[in-house]
Amino acid sequence: MTFFFQNVVNALQYGSFYALIALGYSMVYSILMLFNFAHGDIFMTGAYIGFGVATGLTVLAAAGTIVLPNWLILVLTILIAMFLTSMLGMLVERLGYRPLRDAPRASAAITGMMIGLILEYGNLLLLGPQRRSFPRLIQTVTYDVGGVILTNKKIMIVAVSMVLMYALHLFISRTRWGLAMRAMAFDHVVVPLMGVPINTIARLTFALGSALAAVAGIFFGLAYPVLDPYMGIVFGWKAFVAAILGGRGSVMGATIAGFMLGFIEIFVAMVFPSTLRDLIAYSIILGILVFRPHGLFGEAYSARLRL
Amino acid sequence: MLLEVENLRVNYEQIQALQGISFTIDEGEIVTIIGANGAGKSTTLRAISRMVPVMAGSRMTCQQQDLLSFPADKVVSRLGVTHVPEGRRLFGNLTVMENLRLACFARRDTAQIEKDLARVLDIFPRLKERETQKSGTLSGGEQQMLAIGRAFMSGRRLMLLDEPSMGLAPLMMLNVFEALKDINRQEGTAILLVEQNARLALKFAQRGYVLETGRMVLAGDSADLLKNPEVQKAYLGG
Repeated sequence: MTFFFQNVVNALQYGSFYALIALGYSMVYSILMLFNFAHGDIFMTGAYIGFGVATGLTVLAAAGTIVLPNWLILVLTILIAMFLTSMLGMLVERLGYRPLRDAPRASAAITGMMIGLILEYGNLLLLGPQRRSFPRLIQTVTYDVGGVILTNKKIMIVAVSMVLMYALHLFISRTRWGLAMRAMAFDHVVVPLMGVPINTIARLTFALGSALAAVAGIFFGLAYPVLDPYMGIVFGWKAFVAAILGGRGSVMGATIAGFMLGFIEIFVAMVFPSTLRDLIAYSIILGILVFRPHGLFGEAYSARLRL
Repeated sequence: MLLEVENLRVNYEQIQALQGISFTIDEGEIVTIIGANGAGKSTTLRAISRMVPVMAGSRMTCQQQDLLSFPADKVVSRLGVTHVPEGRRLFGNLTVMENLRLACFARRDTAQIEKDLARVLDIFPRLKERETQKSGTLSGGEQQMLAIGRAFMSGRRLMLLDEPSMGLAPLMMLNVFEALKDINRQEGTAILLVEQNARLALKFAQRGYVLETGRMVLAGDSADLLKNPEVQKAYLGG
């Protein structure tokens, strides 16, 4: 039983990464009918930006230039990386996708892959192929709760992820910006007729998704302190699957599916040899999609693509 | 002059949908464009609301400003020109109130927004009853009311209406056109109406234009057009 709960804890942590990244895929897809295949690499870049900021601040603090406790370095790292990565997301939207708004979707998909490659190899060029280890900003504290081992990092990662996802949910359901995003998810063609600048909404959507991906990247760096330029590929694909599983246009769907993916992976690995983990885990997901082809919580949308 | 359209040309998938049409709308005026299916009526409205690209040489002036220098959302929020599209195109996943609120996206005058919302619900009491209902669950007539209400919330100078009578029961149609007349009279909102139901349109409007395969072939006061034998033969069923 402790073994089971131990895995639940691990699944929650993995699920947090998937869910945070999946939200970016899901929002962009529902609003612009576009899979941003560069999103996994935006997650990677976010992790590296976090790495850069955290390392820089740590060096400054160690040299005594500024007085910063480690927890504050972490908070600043998260905030600065969210900001910078959202700028990157907006840049990707502006340069990569906006010119292709009315182009066939395949062109946009290829562009996304290309942007992903640019980010990967740009990183390689800048920092070289060696892996980087993320600064250990917080001392790991271990708690033993009835045999289940919890760490302060895991608790923080899961809690902060959930708070951010809830904040996103509130933003989308309560603000006029969120209202415009929901309208765009239903029928983006007529949104300008409401006086809503769709380019602004598109930019906002990329910014939000990229900021969440940056948080996922930093959390990944904290949990598994090794970063490499290709870390976004597998994570990106898995989060993409979670976004599909969650259903189009649903924040709750992407969140739940992200956690579900974490659970399925961890529990498959608990029962079967871990080399078969992905095969079995994704067969299960495929099985779910056979019965719910629009995902778990797919929202209705208009199929009319022009006025 | 509220809107002046000169030599408007639009190509739609390699077809010349509009071959250089010109027309005008005065402040507070109700004007209709009648014509057969595919004559280019909807394209004209789409061109004014900047939803389709226009060919070089086309000129549109709205309130002394070059309309073509505004993107679609600014045509609504800066010029007050709103477009009630064919098929209404409500956001079916949003409630009636959310649809109306979305139409205020670019507005900053919070107090006036609340007054206008109350006014819309006053003009269309049916919408008040359905305020928290998803707009996808409304009847056809209620949907048309909401589509007009939305336009009312987003701008007040000129309303472009694309086939508002489509799919409505006769009584509901009367209702909708009464409300439009009220809005026109009380707010001074000019209306450009595009209709296949030419008789209805000409009775509603002060002036009319007849559009045939992308060209304006006739223009005049509605009363005259209603009496014109050619119009009667082609559009009024004898």
